[in-house]
Amino acid sequence: MTQQAREVFWLTRIMRIRSGPLEYSRRLWLRLVVAATFLLLYAPIITLMVFSFNNSRRNVVWRGFTWKYYEKAWNNDGLFEAFTNSLTIAFVSTLLSTIIGAMVAVMLWRFRFPGKAAYEGLMALPIVVPEICMGVAMMVFFARIGWPADLPWPLNLSAITIAHIAFSFPFVAIVVRARLAGFNRELEEASHDLGASEWQTFWNVVFPYMKPGLIGGALLAFTLSLDDFVITFFTSGPNTVTFPVKVYSMVRFSVTPEVNAASTVLVLITVVMTAIAMRFNKPQDSA
Amino acid sequence: MESWRKHPLVFWVFALPGTFWLFVFFLAPLAFIWLMSLGEKRGIVDIDITWTLANYARAFEPVYVKIIWKSVWISALVTLLCLLIAYPVAFAIAFARPRWKPWMLLGVILPFWINMLVRTYALIAVFRTRGYVNFGLEWLYNALWLDKLFGPFEPFTLLYNNFAVVAGIVYVYMPFMVLPLYASIEKLDRSYLEASLDLGASQARTFWKVTWPLTMPGVVSGIILVFIPALGSFLIPDLLGGTNAQMIGNVIARQFKSANDWPFGAALSFLLMYATFGALAIRALMAGRKSSMEV
Repeated sequence: MTQQAREVFWLTRIMRIRSGPLEYSRRLWLRLVVAATFLLLYAPIITLMVFSFNNSRRNVVWRGFTWKYYEKAWNNDGLFEAFTNSLTIAFVSTLLSTIIGAMVAVMLWRFRFPGKAAYEGLMALPIVVPEICMGVAMMVFFARIGWPADLPWPLNLSAITIAHIAFSFPFVAIVVRARLAGFNRELEEASHDLGASEWQTFWNVVFPYMKPGLIGGALLAFTLSLDDFVITFFTSGPNTVTFPVKVYSMVRFSVTPEVNAASTVLVLITVVMTAIAMRFNKPQDSA
Repeated sequence: MESWRKHPLVFWVFALPGTFWLFVFFLAPLAFIWLMSLGEKRGIVDIDITWTLANYARAFEPVYVKIIWKSVWISALVTLLCLLIAYPVAFAIAFARPRWKPWMLLGVILPFWINMLVRTYALIAVFRTRGYVNFGLEWLYNALWLDKLFGPFEPFTLLYNNFAVVAGIVYVYMPFMVLPLYASIEKLDRSYLEASLDLGASQARTFWKVTWPLTMPGVVSGIILVFIPALGSFLIPDLLGGTNAQMIGNVIARQFKSANDWPFGAALSFLLMYATFGALAIRALMAGRKSSMEV
């Protein structure tokens, strides 16, 4: 490095450090606060994931890499059954809540009707009511109406699935409606002018436009269902354990690498699903 | 938008499934526990609806008032801590270089996608007696030769107390505070800040007189978004708090599980719900006042 280049290098360095009055992002203390926050936010989760590969039951010191606890978690019948239950519930709940939520969204987007504001308020209730209240309400409801508890698989999961749909479809409705808000109404008129019926217009013009919203809403519903603990905890019986409920019962007893492995799998599934959902929810991609 | 009368059939076909599900599988269950909260227990499973308010009155017995009060102050403390941490973070994101901004936002949003149970469990491993905090402190203690002076390291009890509950709720709900704050700081017209600084106000004065009042809507939203779920939290105090750091959510859960007193549990859930609606109403009022001021 020549002398001149070195001077230029240091000058730019110094210029950078002398920040302007509104360049708060260059303030050292602010950077430290942000770095510390992110560190505290992520360190526990990352250590949890890393130590699921640790070759030791005691979770503190690193003793080499192993897949052992993933194998153990996989061969744990209770855990595997809970995982199958969770996926089954999530699939059915996603399918139904996407259909129901999308229909609500289309209805709210298209029509004016008396009491619409109140209706929208009611629709938002499942989103704002504390989870614990909804959980106990579901538990009481299914116990009181005598919902059969000893049905064969997969019908024994029906109560949980119904509860999951109840809290998922309003979210789908919001996502789909946000998508529809960007729809150009003139396209609909053009379709009518060109002789298409209501039905044809809906399937060939409106529906294709809704699709990213539908996929985004469906993925959201899937992760909501897969992740839910509180409401499922109260709705589930002794024979209908879901993955989070099973992990909860394991966590209550001990901190083991096996639980770490199960948690890591759950985290990876939801993070990947949500990342895909985010891709579909980007507001600007009208194509 | 067209009137529903124009295509009543289409309207009903689209309205029916959602309305059915909402009324039968959401509002009806809520109505069930509302009725139950006005009932009395007769035997193990029988409950008579006697329109009594005794269950609500019971919630104001000293034992329960203590837990409700504790839930409120824990939630308030958590909200304050979240605000103190989240404001600088949101500020830094809003003023970050465009290249960094999406990544920092992703960093805040990512924890939302991670199961709350898993995040709470991760904290157990951090806080327990043989956990990372104590392990790190012990290492530091020994490295400083303090064990030669004061004897072996005594691990701190960080789990199963109020500290663990507060730390856990802050950890889980902090991202809820960052996002509304970020949205309102981002919207801030920076020329106001420049004007204030140009006219001779210090950075601190500019913050308190310009930035803070203008970002108040975000602050209020953030407070509501953290306070409501914190007040209703059940899982975090259950896992981190143990028996001596319970919140109202745990008392509700116990009435429906082991204590088997459904009417009382129902009354407590409705008190929690009224508190939630109250908080939402305050926010709506504040938002309404703001928009009427703008008009």
